Amino acid sequence: MNTSAADRVVIVGASLAGLRTAEALRQNGFAGRLTLIGAEPHEPYDRPPLSKTVLSGWLGTDQVLLPRTCDLHAEWLLGVPATGLDPAAREVRLADGRAVAFDRLVLATGARARRWSDPAEAALRGVHLLRGRDDADLLRADLAEAVEANGRVLVIGGGFTGSEVASSCRDLGLPVTVTQRGAAPLAGALGEVVGSAIGERQQAHGIDLRVRTTVRRLEGDASGRLRRARLSDGSALDVRVAVVAVGSVRDTGWLRGSGLTADERGVSCDAACRALDAEDRVVDGVYVAGDVARWRHPRFDTGPVSFEHWGNAVDQAETVAHNMMSEDVRENDALPAFWSDQFGLNIKAVGMPAVADQVVLAQGSFEHGPFVAVYGRTGVTVGAVAVNSPRVLDGYAALVTERAPFPPVIDALRSPGRMVPVDSRIPHPVQELVTVLEGQS
Amino acid sequence: MRIVVDLNRCQSYGQCVSAASEVFRFRGKESLEYDHVPDAASDAAVRRAALACPVQAITLATATEEISPTEAAHR
Amino acid sequence: MTVATNYPAATAYRRILDPANRHNPYPYFAELCRVPVQRLDADTWLVSSHEAITRLLRDPRMSVQDRDIDTTDAPLGSDGEPVTGPFLFRDPPHHDSLREQTMYRFAPRIMGLRPNIEMLVTGLLDKRLSDQPGQLDVVAELAYPLPVGVICELLGVPPEEEPVFHSFAGRLTKALDPEETLTEQEITELAVTRREWREYLMPMIAQRIEHPGPDLISALLTDGDPSTRMTLVELGITLGMLLIAGHETTVNLVANGTLALLRHPEALARLRTDPELAAAVVEEVLRYDPPVQLTGRRATADIELDGHTIRAGEHVSLLLAAGNRDPRRFADPDAFWPERPNNAHLAFGGGVHYCFGAALARMEAQVALTVIVTRLDNPRLVDDPPPYRPNMLLRGPEQLRVAHDGITG
Repeated sequence: MNTSAADRVVIVGASLAGLRTAEALRQNGFAGRLTLIGAEPHEPYDRPPLSKTVLSGWLGTDQVLLPRTCDLHAEWLLGVPATGLDPAAREVRLADGRAVAFDRLVLATGARARRWSDPAEAALRGVHLLRGRDDADLLRADLAEAVEANGRVLVIGGGFTGSEVASSCRDLGLPVTVTQRGAAPLAGALGEVVGSAIGERQQAHGIDLRVRTTVRRLEGDASGRLRRARLSDGSALDVRVAVVAVGSVRDTGWLRGSGLTADERGVSCDAACRALDAEDRVVDGVYVAGDVARWRHPRFDTGPVSFEHWGNAVDQAETVAHNMMSEDVRENDALPAFWSDQFGLNIKAVGMPAVADQVVLAQGSFEHGPFVAVYGRTGVTVGAVAVNSPRVLDGYAALVTERAPFPPVIDALRSPGRMVPVDSRIPHPVQELVTVLEGQS
Repeated sequence: MRIVVDLNRCQSYGQCVSAASEVFRFRGKESLEYDHVPDAASDAAVRRAALACPVQAITLATATEEISPTEAAHR
Repeated sequence: MTVATNYPAATAYRRILDPANRHNPYPYFAELCRVPVQRLDADTWLVSSHEAITRLLRDPRMSVQDRDIDTTDAPLGSDGEPVTGPFLFRDPPHHDSLREQTMYRFAPRIMGLRPNIEMLVTGLLDKRLSDQPGQLDVVAELAYPLPVGVICELLGVPPEEEPVFHSFAGRLTKALDPEETLTEQEITELAVTRREWREYLMPMIAQRIEHPGPDLISALLTDGDPSTRMTLVELGITLGMLLIAGHETTVNLVANGTLALLRHPEALARLRTDPELAAAVVEEVLRYDPPVQLTGRRATADIELDGHTIRAGEHVSLLLAAGNRDPRRFADPDAFWPERPNNAHLAFGGGVHYCFGAALARMEAQVALTVIVTRLDNPRLVDDPPPYRPNMLLRGPEQLRVAHDGITG
């Protein structure tokens, strides 16, 4: 069923996925009414620089706005979150009491940073999250004061955001402690073998890295300012700033009663980005794109997952626009890809390293210089990560696309059989998730 | 001018840095950093950078409309 | 997939190399491009689609290194490994440090070079101001002196030494021809030229060790960590490579670009009124008529591609010029269209060996083409097609005579 010029398309979420969907709709010829609803008051901006060039001080938060490649002739309802969805009446209710009618709906509300579990501790001045522009402005101001006072920064969580924040804080000359519940930073995405290699390099940049360590308590002074952190290793740290980087959740409570399948892991959809109900049936006219989408990637035999990747937002936006405008339903099977820049390292990955059972060093060395590691799952190549080797990653992406045998042979002429795979040591949450989901399927 | 670089596509060939070093730069050996909202004075250089990108990863804004501030103020 | 094996392979290679096709090889390349991967002979494959070439250029299983080379007498390089050639012909990891060291010193030095290039090109045309109206050989009088002049400026070579550099550039370029096309005498001459080049460089290097200047050679000798710095042998080889790799290629880019503009007067007219179009024009020249037509690799492992298996050890010829006109990638591929969107051509290769001097080549061509079309009054081609150099790998006219009604000052 094609979207016609008489139709009104409403996109909830005015960040990358929402913007790109709007652009793609117009470029595909959609001539009807178009409305973008955003919880933040800002026009669309790019999030990846917030933890990097913005935090380290090169760019202001007004220097990361996203370009628009065509005039959208859209209504922008910014600074107003959606609070309800009535699929029968086909309208979205907003926090300011308005109701916006739609013929087609796109859910692109993204994710938010998971808050610190203790609300009183989370409310201390100096305790931060980093997800949006306003978070970045607040954190920057606090870090500037910390520089004056030479105060220590505590980063809670050694995932990509936490590691990038730690890197930017080191750029500012601040002493930094990172706590990581698991055995290595970045382990959730890249496994402990590669995570440990990167962790070593973080330490070489002066990070006080505490693995297998959690923060028990954040303590403030009488004025409500963060002063100290008590860690699970028994130590107490004087800290000026704490950044909570313990993952993300999706606010989908407003979709309760809408007939969609949604929880903090995301809104269920199929590979064609069409929302699904509790019986996995397509909900007519409702699409999902970006971080909030939870779906089963056709290239990997895993259960449904959400991909919090910049590229996924872009790919799904294209898919949504295509499927809204065209009779032939297209699945998004683009290979997942993501990157991180930290401590002078360019880390780029393709595929799904997080579902691997084994990993092998394909090029370079874990200890120093560039390297490439390839991930396998039950004898099939499923992913690769390239550290300071961006120009060879496409070659490995082709192996993942082909489902090449693992370990792949890279240099049969020089040293056949040189590569010895080891257990990738992807920590439990992901592996359990995958196992559980596979058990269901 | 507004720009965005698809850093999944980017392979750090550095052609943009050579064309517009006031807008693009490398951090460490391979990490590209750039200003999303460069000054108008750099427009010609930014266009050269986008044309020279071997993987065509740089998107330039071509929209002419502004986002209506009255809508943005409605909250 | 039996198409490839049925293809008259030996004929294909002969036709690619045939100088009679040199004035316009593209109709034949279009034929070849229809079959992305095909066997040329017992151990060589020809790859001519944009997608397959792009993929193989970035494949870690593609080697540029001659593994049969005898390294017993080779001096050891900065990484403790025998030096087997310039980084252009070496694989990672040996390639990486050498390229990186050179790039870090090269890139910042070319960024501010645009005004110098403008002066160089303007100066070359000024020499001809007196004999107008007349005729200009764009190859001999402009394209040829330009890259040598620029490299001399980068290396801090005084102007009076430029003719020597010219001569070396021309003679050393033979090294880029496929070895099997060289006569025994040419191979001997090449060895002599290489020795003379080393002998010529020695005092220049010695002088910069004593008195380092702001030039690239001094920087390569003195900047950075001494423990990983390139050896003198590596330095000499790198400088030779910079000279030859950036020489004939740039000559051809300027000449092919001039030719394309003269054959497309409407594009020429637009560039004349809008010099900002130069960047787009140069990208389209690079796609439409690339100076480097073909590049080679060798598989280090079995590679599945388009239904074929390229076996470890087999050679692969990547026909860049055909990929640049692949109708699956470029709409109306035979049209010269500067405004072409998403012009990800293959002229500079890709992957770890992406042309080291691409940014400089772009700058030189942008400046040269702009100056040519703005200063030559009513330029016309004298011979169409012009005579071509016999080299198939590096494509460009031997001579490009342009008649004009005067050169504006």
